[in-house]
Amino acid sequence: MATGIKDKVAIIGMGCTKFGERWDVGAEELMVEAFQEAIQDAGIDKNEIQAAWLGTCFDEVNVGKSALPASMTLRLPNISVTRVENFCASGTEAFRGAVYAVASGAYDIAMAIGVEKLKDIGYGGLPEFSSAMGTLNGLWFPNVTAPGCFAMLASGYAAKYGIDMQELKKAMAHVSAKSHANGVLNPKAHLRKAVTEEKILNAPMIAYPLGLFDCCGVSDGSACAIVTTPEIAKSLGKKDFVTVKALQLSLSNGTEMAYEWDGAHFITAAKASTEAYKEAGIKNPREELSLMEVHDCFSITELVTMEDLHISERGKAPKDIMDGFYDLDGKLPCQVDGGLKCFGHPIGASGLRMLYEIYLQLHGRADKRQLKDPKLGLTHNLGGFPMMNVCSVAIIGKYDV
Amino acid sequence: MIGIKSYGGYIPRYRLNRMVIVQNMAWYLPVIMAVAQGEKSVANWDEDSLSMGVAAAYDCMSGGDRKALDAVYFASTTLPFADRQNASVLATALNAPEEGVDNADFTGSIKAGTTAAIAAIEAIESGSKDNVLVVASDLRRTKMATMYEMFLGDGAAALLFGKDDIIAECKGYYSHSCDFVDHYKGYGKEFDYTWEERWVRDEGYGKIIPEAISAFLGKTGMQINDFDKVIYPCYFKGTHAGIARKLGLDPSKVQDNMHEVCGDTGTAHPLVMFIAALEEAKPGDKLLLASFGQGCDVLYFEVTDKIKDLKAPQGIKGSLARRVELDSYQKFCKWRDLIVADLGIRGEANPNTALTTLWRKRKMLLGLVGSRCKKCGTPHFPPSQVCINPDCGAVEEMEEYEFSEKTGKILMYTGDMLAASVDPPAIYGMISFDGGGRTMLDFTDCKLEQIKVGMGVRLSFRRKYRDDMRGFTGYFWKAIPQVEE
Repeated sequence: MATGIKDKVAIIGMGCTKFGERWDVGAEELMVEAFQEAIQDAGIDKNEIQAAWLGTCFDEVNVGKSALPASMTLRLPNISVTRVENFCASGTEAFRGAVYAVASGAYDIAMAIGVEKLKDIGYGGLPEFSSAMGTLNGLWFPNVTAPGCFAMLASGYAAKYGIDMQELKKAMAHVSAKSHANGVLNPKAHLRKAVTEEKILNAPMIAYPLGLFDCCGVSDGSACAIVTTPEIAKSLGKKDFVTVKALQLSLSNGTEMAYEWDGAHFITAAKASTEAYKEAGIKNPREELSLMEVHDCFSITELVTMEDLHISERGKAPKDIMDGFYDLDGKLPCQVDGGLKCFGHPIGASGLRMLYEIYLQLHGRADKRQLKDPKLGLTHNLGGFPMMNVCSVAIIGKYDV
Repeated sequence: MIGIKSYGGYIPRYRLNRMVIVQNMAWYLPVIMAVAQGEKSVANWDEDSLSMGVAAAYDCMSGGDRKALDAVYFASTTLPFADRQNASVLATALNAPEEGVDNADFTGSIKAGTTAAIAAIEAIESGSKDNVLVVASDLRRTKMATMYEMFLGDGAAALLFGKDDIIAECKGYYSHSCDFVDHYKGYGKEFDYTWEERWVRDEGYGKIIPEAISAFLGKTGMQINDFDKVIYPCYFKGTHAGIARKLGLDPSKVQDNMHEVCGDTGTAHPLVMFIAALEEAKPGDKLLLASFGQGCDVLYFEVTDKIKDLKAPQGIKGSLARRVELDSYQKFCKWRDLIVADLGIRGEANPNTALTTLWRKRKMLLGLVGSRCKKCGTPHFPPSQVCINPDCGAVEEMEEYEFSEKTGKILMYTGDMLAASVDPPAIYGMISFDGGGRTMLDFTDCKLEQIKVGMGVRLSFRRKYRDDMRGFTGYFWKAIPQVEE
């Protein structure tokens, strides 16, 4: 009988670069920046790391294939390094690899690093996708982009709940305004400017009904985590350390795209979060979670996700959002660090960047954004498209919680 | 009895008022004003002769048995492939049989449509074939500010020839062939090269058509006014009427050349005009059809009682009624690739087409053929080996299931300004098929503001991409929101 991951693995060091249009550096320099912070935070020697996982997505316009870029750039001691890619869950997948490696007892100390250099393509938005979808899909998939696919979700949500699109757009605008306000407080965020809801609502259209400020930024960045067992953490003198409470992944099986779906929620996120709460022993996430870092690639994604994570009731996310429930001073702050909205989305790094914020909060190191006595935090990634996606949910918390 | 079993037509939805061309280009060539009556049909940016041919063919075969086709003949001077049988692409789009079937392209002259019709009739007469589908289509790019730009429109027509349930019996035909070069398109050239209009009118259309018809009359001993309608193309309005005068034909029996409603559709045009005549014909009517291009084919049909039983297709009348004005000359020029607008770096992506994949999945990609679970009846697109119904999950229990003629509803959609598109925003969405199954498709022939969740859609075979580096054209199906219904 599986017992889950709860409290089997401790995070003893984390690092995260400044995210942004890092014209000055490439993926290699970004990895060094994140890694150095993590290794110093952990207070161990590099040679103590026994296995590593690298998360990147668009390798062809970034680091290239294989895990060699991480091994060679960081001069890792000829250990096993594995590159993982699972769309926007790539960073969390790297973390999962390291955590499971330690939990299995195969290694004492493992590392996860995620990196993405997106700003070497010469145009806005994510890299064009048509050569990356396989020989068959390329011949029939519509001419989609990420904003377009997630924009469709807004049309589905508005239709299902009979909401006027302008009303829905107001809630979406609040989602973005809240994250921008949080981003102002974070020196590592890419976008650090408060934006009014009025400005958000009047922005140029990217993919109907998503305007410019409904979309997250595109940026470069890297984040890193070093994990070990609670016993080793203790032996290293770590106090009040953070452990992994749950780590879940759920993937579409084609149902949404080809069989049955309301077009107003994520089947995978609802499943992954249910399993994660079970694994972490959380009965009432709305009450028990202290903060969340979710995959706000687009404002509508975050809105719908509040329901899929079983925090807001179905159809009620707009109300909770407008009530300020997810604001920094709300009951359950979401995107405390500014989210993808302000950090942008260097894909392989994002999942680890979210964990970094929760890690800082749990250690009381979040400076101006610091919440009062947080105990449990949730991260969520949603890769792909609403109609076919990869969803990861991680929950981390203080060891004694 | 050998003749026509059914007909289908396709005139693309967009129409360009010729005065819009005049307003934009008369400064350059004032004489275009002389022929600026009415409007010309304009294929959408994602259409070509082959996709329009598929639309006409489906219209013709609606209610018919596509599995009974012995051959598909495709006639066009604007074939997307110089070597890859275009007729077989069309036949695959129809999910027509492959075994024992003998498809063919007819090209090289704008009379190729009637030549294909005669070939079909002869094949049936010979006893080697029972059902032959003839499709003619043209989308001719023209240079800006030319008389051709004014005269030509886009369109397609289809006729199913067979031996039973004949709505119009073929009672004779005659051909004249000669190397009269009113226009030509040299190998690898983008545009037609035309000779002096006066000569084309007087020595070409004005002589070759009446002489061929006269020769046919002489051969059969018939009189021109024995016919209820005489149908022949000629985009010069005056010459078109002059041919009737020369033949001694009652002007009321001349089929209109359709200049004002769509323009000359090239290879398709004799059949487009003929179908327009059939749509008005009564049992017993005698129709004489002639074409033009390096000679002239003449065909004589007599309409039968069965025409009353034919389930009316959209035809030419229906597709002419389905019209939207294209008010921008620049958009027309962009759609025809006459002007350069930047697609951006995102638009440069150009993955190669895996011909191996295309071969394996030809029914899916060209025919929109999915699968249906024999255990639980769930339809699937794309076709699947494992049933998606969680209560079933049967493996390898699938049968072929055609989606091409299904209707559906919009579940969700967007208009995407980020996607590289010739006609932004790129509109696409998820649709559910009536009868089960759903998928995500590009939308076409619509405006974003007209669409809503729940709106009905029909499906249309369209050009999906053009790989200019390798000269390949890829096709797939798109959804057309039924904004006019």
